[in-house]
Parts: sequence; structure tokens; C-alpha cells
Amino acid sequence: MTLANSLRAQPDADGHFGEFGGRYVAETLMPLILDLEREYRRAQSDPAFKAEFEGLLKHYVGRPSPLYYAEGLTEALRKDAPAGKGPKIYFKREDLNHTGAHKINNCIGQILLAIRMGKKRIIAETGAGQHGVATATVAARFGLPCTIFMGAVDVARQQPNVFRMKLLGAEVRPVTSGAQTLKDAMNEALRDWVANVDDTFYIIGTAAGPHPYPELVRDFQSVIGTEAREQILEAEGRLPDLLVAAVGGGSNAIGLFHPFLDDADVAMLGIEAAGHGLDTDKHAASLTGGRPGVLHGNRTYLLQDEDGQITEAHSISAGLDYPGIGPEHSWLHEIKRVTYEGVTDQEAMDAFQLCCRVEGIIPALESAHAIAGIVRKARDMNEDQVVILNLSGRGDKDIFTVADSMGVKL
Amino acid sequence: MSRLADTFARLKAEDRAALVAFVTAGDPSPAHTPAILDAIVAGGADVIELGMPFTDPMADGPAIQEANIRALAAGTKTADVLAIAKGFRERHPNVPLVLMGYANPMLSRGADWFAQALEEAGIDGVICVDIPAEEDAALGPPLRAKGIDLVRLATPTTDTARLPAVLEGASGFLYYVSVAGITGLQQAATDTIEAAVARLKAGTDLPVAVGFGVRTPEQAAAIARVADGVVVGSAIVDALAKAGGNPEAGRALVAILAGAVREARVGVTA
Repeated sequence: MTLANSLRAQPDADGHFGEFGGRYVAETLMPLILDLEREYRRAQSDPAFKAEFEGLLKHYVGRPSPLYYAEGLTEALRKDAPAGKGPKIYFKREDLNHTGAHKINNCIGQILLAIRMGKKRIIAETGAGQHGVATATVAARFGLPCTIFMGAVDVARQQPNVFRMKLLGAEVRPVTSGAQTLKDAMNEALRDWVANVDDTFYIIGTAAGPHPYPELVRDFQSVIGTEAREQILEAEGRLPDLLVAAVGGGSNAIGLFHPFLDDADVAMLGIEAAGHGLDTDKHAASLTGGRPGVLHGNRTYLLQDEDGQITEAHSISAGLDYPGIGPEHSWLHEIKRVTYEGVTDQEAMDAFQLCCRVEGIIPALESAHAIAGIVRKARDMNEDQVVILNLSGRGDKDIFTVADSMGVKL
Repeated sequence: MSRLADTFARLKAEDRAALVAFVTAGDPSPAHTPAILDAIVAGGADVIELGMPFTDPMADGPAIQEANIRALAAGTKTADVLAIAKGFRERHPNVPLVLMGYANPMLSRGADWFAQALEEAGIDGVICVDIPAEEDAALGPPLRAKGIDLVRLATPTTDTARLPAVLEGASGFLYYVSVAGITGLQQAATDTIEAAVARLKAGTDLPVAVGFGVRTPEQAAAIARVADGVVVGSAIVDALAKAGGNPEAGRALVAILAGAVREARVGVTA
């Protein structure tokens, strides 16, 4: 039963999370997103859709992903903490999914919707290429042609993922407008969509964009939190004290958080990319360094100047390098249900290397931000407290960036 | 009556369509825009659509994207756009001026602030690309309270069932986007446009202006025969860009377009 005052009952019928979210799109797209919403409602009450989604998550993605007691990290942080401090840390291992990150969960759900709607062509935007690879993967699996929009700057610095997408049969279209990164790729995907409304489905990669995208992406990603909740109850016999996840657009975080929102004793920490620092203009922390505005179909916190011009984001992690954030996070921030903090490039790099050394896991740079968040918090938490950290992806894709940052030539 | 309603009524009485001419404010610099606006009025534009630059113009094709980039690179601020409008209003008391742009710059200081600023600048109407009828509450009420027209967009995907929702709260004119796509690239066939305009006119008494992809005098004339207004944007922006912002380039093109629009119905029985 959904209680009237449940925090899990958002958005409202018009797609608003409090004052955030909504459907700020060109009129040409409005009928499409209304169609998408109708089809999503039908899918939600269709047992066959649920069965197909869950079947693919199990057999194709490899779910459930393990909840792993990160004993190495737990011990390492206790060593540096005062006596009796340093919580027990679990990793939700989204890095073990097919394609190496949580992104695939959402792509499976959306391509099933595309097929239900009779769409013949898939488009998507990508920054680092992870969502592009996940989209190209499901498009290949279901035999639909696929075009991925990627900023020309990102194409140049993410060649391995560009090649992966091409191997999977996708067309990668470099975007040369604006700063030629994720934001511009999203603009160009919207331009393509508006010109191909009849046959094209846009698989948005994060829990943002016009309603119903933030809701449906969250729902598809909520498998993370739903599994984690069962797994921690089995492992510890109780709910965790704290959840930690990195937030760019925020899909891995909302996927972990949402099933726990009504558990009042579970605290939540979202980690934004603070880049060179929140006191510089080189960061990607929309909540802690931005203010509300409207971009890409939704009202949410954005990096912008006083005239409402969008400013460029910066993070060492390409997956967090976006000047906005999903609208549900903006709402959770305003109602103070979730705490959001920034972690700098340097802190993330340190956490990345720590995780490699003490856990034998190379985390994605996005996930390294979450790890840096718990590194900072650990000394204030008691030994008997339990933390679940979303290890949202693996770091193979990031080794070139990391090497570069460490001054190592590969 | 508003300046927009006035103008469309007068032109209807003259049995001709309005030429709605678009330029991006601040392109290539805020100092260029007043003379460019004067030139396109001199060329025969009936209504001015002044583009408010935005970093992320996701409904625009290359021509207007680049104009936005040039304007912002030249340091164009919201204050400059408002000052350009205010100066225009002083020089041209009767020519309607509509501001076109995106939600974020319009809402940045709050919708009430924006409506007040528009009133002070003498701006007649607003076209906001990414505030559809469903999000009217974000901007519509303060504009209506100030008597500023909110021009809505209808598109090939706006079906008859949806049209009443689009029309609710619309005023000034209805802007028909003739192709599902971005600005400046292609134009729909004339008979398709004629059928669409007839469908829209069955649902509203508002004048219907047609835009997106109108580049040549022939295209403008064809639309002027079936609609109340013809919007030309990218072609003017391109012509100005090629001439480095020389107002004469705008005047010359607008004069040709205006001639075509004025002659379109001559000798044609309605």
C-alpha cells in the first residue's frame, strides 16, 4: 500500500516532484511523451512486461548483483579512525553487471517499452560512453538500428567505448555544437528526436528529462535498492544505517535510495563531483553549487549564471560531468531526506587507488566518488553501524584517465 | 487591443498576411541589434520576433544555434535584450515585438520579474519553446496579468484532440511549426500546410502564422496565401551572418520577402 505521506509516491500526475520535474519540452514532443506515459502505465500493470524485464535482468544482465562485505575497505578505514569508529561497509556490486555498470538495467526496461510502442529506431546520448554502450547493447540484442550522440570532445577521449558501440552495430554521431560534451549530445539527441517523432524512441540514460523519464528510469533502476534491501536483511538481520552513491544525473543513486525512502532510520548520502573544488568554477555539483532552473525537459538544480545561461560542468569522471541532476534528487535535497556533498577529483582519485589496493576491485571513477564520500564519513560512524555503497560500475574504462592524472604514460 | 491583435486585424482588412521576421538579439553583438531591427522594419517586416539567446537552443538548427553562440560570446546579457527591446519600442511605437526563447533565461529571476521587465520594455508577447501548455503555470499567469500575449506553438504532432489544451491561455497569434523538426532546415509541402492551417482555424479565432524552414520569397508567398502570417528566421539570421551583421543585408532580404508576402494574394480570389 502506498501511504499518502509516503516519500515513494512521487511524482504527481503531471510528473512533478514537489516543484521539480515536469514536462518542459517543445510542443512537437509533447504528444510523444504523453504516449510514452500511457504505454508505461499499461506496461506497469502487465505481468508479461514485468516477467520479460526480470527474465532479461536475470539471464542477460546477470542479476541479482551481489551485496559484498567490503572487509578490506572497512578495515582500512577503521585503522585510521578513533577506537570504536569505522562502520561495516557493503558494496552493491553493479560493476558485475553485463556491460560493467548499472546503466544496462534502465536500457533493458526502455527498449522493451520501445518495442511495445512499435518504434523502429533507437537514439541515445552519451558522455563517457557507458550509456551509449548499454544502449547499443540492447539495440543489438533486439535488432533495432541505433544512433548514439556523443560530444566530439568525448569521442576523442573515449575511443575504446566508441569502438565498443561500433562493434555492437551502433552509429556514433559526434556532436560539434557547444562544448561538444554530454549536454550538447543531449541537445542533439533531442533535435534528432523532434525530427523523427514517428519511428524513433529516445533511451535517456539517467533519471532526468521530461516526465515520465525520471520516474521510469528510477523504477527500472530500483532493482538495485530492492535487491540490496533483501540482501542486507539476510546478511545483517536489519536495515543499513547509511546508503552512499555517486550522483551525476543520479540514476544509480535513486535506484539504490528509492526502495529505502520510507525507512526513516536509513540515512542517505549522495556524492556530487566537486571537480577542482566547490569554490572554483570547475565542478559538476548541481545541488551544492547550483540553483533551480529548466533544462532538457525538467525543472531541477542546474549550474548556471545569473541570466540562466548554463555553465560548463567539470569532473575527472566523464559520467558525472553534467550541469544538471535528476529532479527527484532536487526534491530529496530540498526536503532534506538525502544529504548531498561534494567530493573533489583528487579525493576521488585517492579513493579509486585505495579501493584497487585493499579490495582488488578497480571501481569506475563515478563510484570512486561514492567511496571517497564514505572515506570522509567513516571516522564519525560507529563500528556497529552498517553502510551500503553503490559500486555502480567497474573502472576498466577509466584507466587511461587515471594514468594521465597520475602522470603515467601508457 | 494588443499591438499584435491590432496588427493582424489591420492586415486582415488589407487582405494580406503578416511578415514576422526573426533575429537573435546580440548577434553579432548587442550594439549591432538596434540598427538591424530598424533595417528589417524598413524592409517591410510587420512583426518582430527577437530571439533571446540561450546556451542550449535544442529546438534550433545550425543557423540559429550559431547566432546564439555568437550573441553569448559577445557578452549579451538579459539586460541587453531588454534594453534593445526598450529602444525599439521608443523608435517604433506601433510595431509588435515578440520575444522568443527558452524557459531557463526567462524564468531565471522568476516569472513575475520577467513579466514586469517585459512590460517596462514594451514587449508585446512571448514565445517560449520549452514551456508547453502542460507547464503554463511556470510563466503564463504573470504574463496574462500584465496583458502580455503568450504565443503558443502548434505542430504536426498536435492533433485535434490536443489542440484545445494548446489554445487555452494562448493569445496574440498561434504559431504553426510546419515541420516536426528544428528551425531552418526543411519546409513542408504547401498543401499540407494549407490543410493544417484550416484545421487550426477551425479551433480558434486567433491569427495563424506559419514558420520553420521558410527561406525563399516563393515559399513565403505560398504560405501567405493560406495563413495569416509567415515567419522567417534562419534565412535572415544567415544573411546577416554572411554580411557580418551589416543591417543592409537584413533589409534587402526582408524587402524581397515582404514584397512576396504583399503580392501573394493579389489576383487570387479568396
